Amino acid sequence: MAEATLIIRGGSVVGPEGVRRQDVAIGGSTIVEVADSIEAPSGAMVLNAQGCLVGPGLVDLHTHLRQPGREEAETVESGTRAAALGGYTAVVAMPNTEPAIDSAGVARDVLALGRDALAEVAVAGAITVGRAGSALAPLGELAALGVHLFTDDGTGVQDGALMRRALDYARGLGVTLAQHCEDECLAGGGAMHEGCWSSRLGLPGIPAAAEESMVARDIQLVRLTGAPLHFLHLSTAGSVELVRRAKTEGLPVTAEAAPHHMLLTHAEVEGYDPVFKVNPPLRTGEDVAAVVAGLCDGTIDAIATDHAPHAPESKDVPFDQAPPGMLGLQTALPIAWEVLSPQLSPGRIFALMSVQPAAIARLRVTDARVAGHSAHGGPVEEGATANLCVFDPSASTLVEADRLASRSRNTPYAGRTFAGAVRHTVLRGEPVVMDGEAQR
Amino acid sequence: MTRPHHLLSVADLGIDGIAEVLRVAEAFAEVERRSMPKVPTLRGKVVATLFFEESTRTRLSFETAAKRLSADVLSLAVANSSVKKGESLRDTVETVEAMGIDALIVRHASSGAPHQVARWVTRARVINAGDGWHEHPTQALLDCFTVRQVLAERKGAAPEELGIDCFEGLRVLIVGDIRHSRVARSEILAYTALGAHVTLAAPGSLLPPSLEGWPVTVAPDFDAALAGADVVSLLRLQSERGSGSFVPSLREYTAGWGLTARRVALLSDDAIVTHPGPMVRGVEIASDVADLPRTVVTQQVTNGVAVRMAILFLLLGGEWPGGVPHG
Repeated sequence: MAEATLIIRGGSVVGPEGVRRQDVAIGGSTIVEVADSIEAPSGAMVLNAQGCLVGPGLVDLHTHLRQPGREEAETVESGTRAAALGGYTAVVAMPNTEPAIDSAGVARDVLALGRDALAEVAVAGAITVGRAGSALAPLGELAALGVHLFTDDGTGVQDGALMRRALDYARGLGVTLAQHCEDECLAGGGAMHEGCWSSRLGLPGIPAAAEESMVARDIQLVRLTGAPLHFLHLSTAGSVELVRRAKTEGLPVTAEAAPHHMLLTHAEVEGYDPVFKVNPPLRTGEDVAAVVAGLCDGTIDAIATDHAPHAPESKDVPFDQAPPGMLGLQTALPIAWEVLSPQLSPGRIFALMSVQPAAIARLRVTDARVAGHSAHGGPVEEGATANLCVFDPSASTLVEADRLASRSRNTPYAGRTFAGAVRHTVLRGEPVVMDGEAQR
Repeated sequence: MTRPHHLLSVADLGIDGIAEVLRVAEAFAEVERRSMPKVPTLRGKVVATLFFEESTRTRLSFETAAKRLSADVLSLAVANSSVKKGESLRDTVETVEAMGIDALIVRHASSGAPHQVARWVTRARVINAGDGWHEHPTQALLDCFTVRQVLAERKGAAPEELGIDCFEGLRVLIVGDIRHSRVARSEILAYTALGAHVTLAAPGSLLPPSLEGWPVTVAPDFDAALAGADVVSLLRLQSERGSGSFVPSLREYTAGWGLTARRVALLSDDAIVTHPGPMVRGVEIASDVADLPRTVVTQQVTNGVAVRMAILFLLLGGEWPGGVPHG
């Protein structure tokens, strides 16, 4: 057994069988011992985890790192620092960059930028060239680099025949497509959820049907092709119900939901602050309840942030002109804890934020094609890579926009306090966050 | 009554505020009838109009109102401004305010833009002169003012004697492109606050997607609703906002929802027809109907000045010569 160089002491390890008071010893990048009490060898660093949960590092299926092209809003460096501070050890970078990640060259660039980052960076590739929705991107070339998820996120693939072809092609490659479900004709340039608030505020709305009709179409396409499909950021009760039925039928679908769709409603738009503009939009209280219910009953497999930084000047414009998107990496776990801990065990919450997203992104095992990529999603046991999140449920997180690690400030939670705080994050044995402070 | 800091929505005024605006506007209407229709009330104050969208009557009306109150008026012509060079709304607002402006009168094609402007200014008052589909508060106030004036005239009473009681139970029918109409949203707030019953008549595609929480009813039969209306508020089809595609054709719209000569005959003798302008004759209103005495469009324009004087006076807190008259 390698000599322990880092001891996480006093915490409770979150495992599939429950939470157990245990210390964790790490040697190099590997967990070398998990035991009730571990003596620190001289020279080993000790992280105090008294009262904390020690779980597998979180995995975000949906991060906009904005590099290349929008470095004023975020970079791989700033985005992964935010991720580490939020307890994440891996993020999937979305391909709606400029240029889009629709070629091996761009994918390699982003992977290279992520090599020494504070969280591991996997990339999602585009389904279509330039995310333009007209011709298939080189999925095979990207898959050869270890890219497992493909999406045109920011838009859905509107053409049903093209989506069907993409699913057929992806099935052969063993990769997974992920859909941003939104029928653009129905969405019609809307700026918020279509309902009582959009009507009152005089803003063009995006009806729930714009999302649900594409969820329904794509479930039919999964039935037709047999290819797996991941649904990004479900936001309506109808979408959750469609996915629930598809799963009951045994179709190979997975789904994610964003923290803001577990907490905020369209009423937030009342003051026309573009910080509340997001796509899919904030929906009704019933939709929020349905998303939470979907997370609790297993319909929704993962909480994914849809961390979408935008430079201040781009959000300081009239509501209908502002780009959609909000920050999420540094607030996701406290929000999930606050919303879900009354109903779900710590193990289930870590399943939604680490184990299951790691499985969907195929990050649970080391992929030799991706240099520097280690295994995520636990379990926290001897021999596993030390990718860990240490969370203190009795602390609290006050959201201060100016103190977030992101280059942008577009958090909808400024001034709010959530229960629980990320205390330490360990990436491949390195304590990249200690006592809530990034170490590099 | 506490003076609201900004006028972004009719809801900022409340029922007492609306009553106060009508009362003060009546006094200013009297000023307007003088041979020298100008008072020193806002001397030394600077009012700026920032219109990011076309307007004829609203801009002229605000500028006339400000000048009659002796305020200095600056007018930003967006077409010739740095906005065209890419300056943001926020920077434009901050630049204008830095010149010592007391009130910013803002029109913008984006709903909510005046709300954002109100967050960005440090001391200037912000008046919404129409934002997207959202609100046009001064239009609704002048519509109420005009309706009361007509009702008072018929009774041979002074409008201020009627107070706001004349609106209690008044049946107001708002017709047309309600979905895209800022006038409709402000009128609904104003008329219902004053106790009127508001009914909407429109093709389904031109109604807002949700009327949840709106104190209105939707008329199942336009012709029947006309017969029971005391006030008919016609709206223009907002073709520049793409409303044309919400109905099969203008001809079909006119046939179904236009105030034609045939439909005017269904109205009670006392019914008043209002229109915020600009009217499109032959579409929402037949040309002959537009020229009937019951159609008070010109009166609305005239009253717009007095009502906007009242708004400027109430927001900028100028002294009323000889004290504020009480009704």
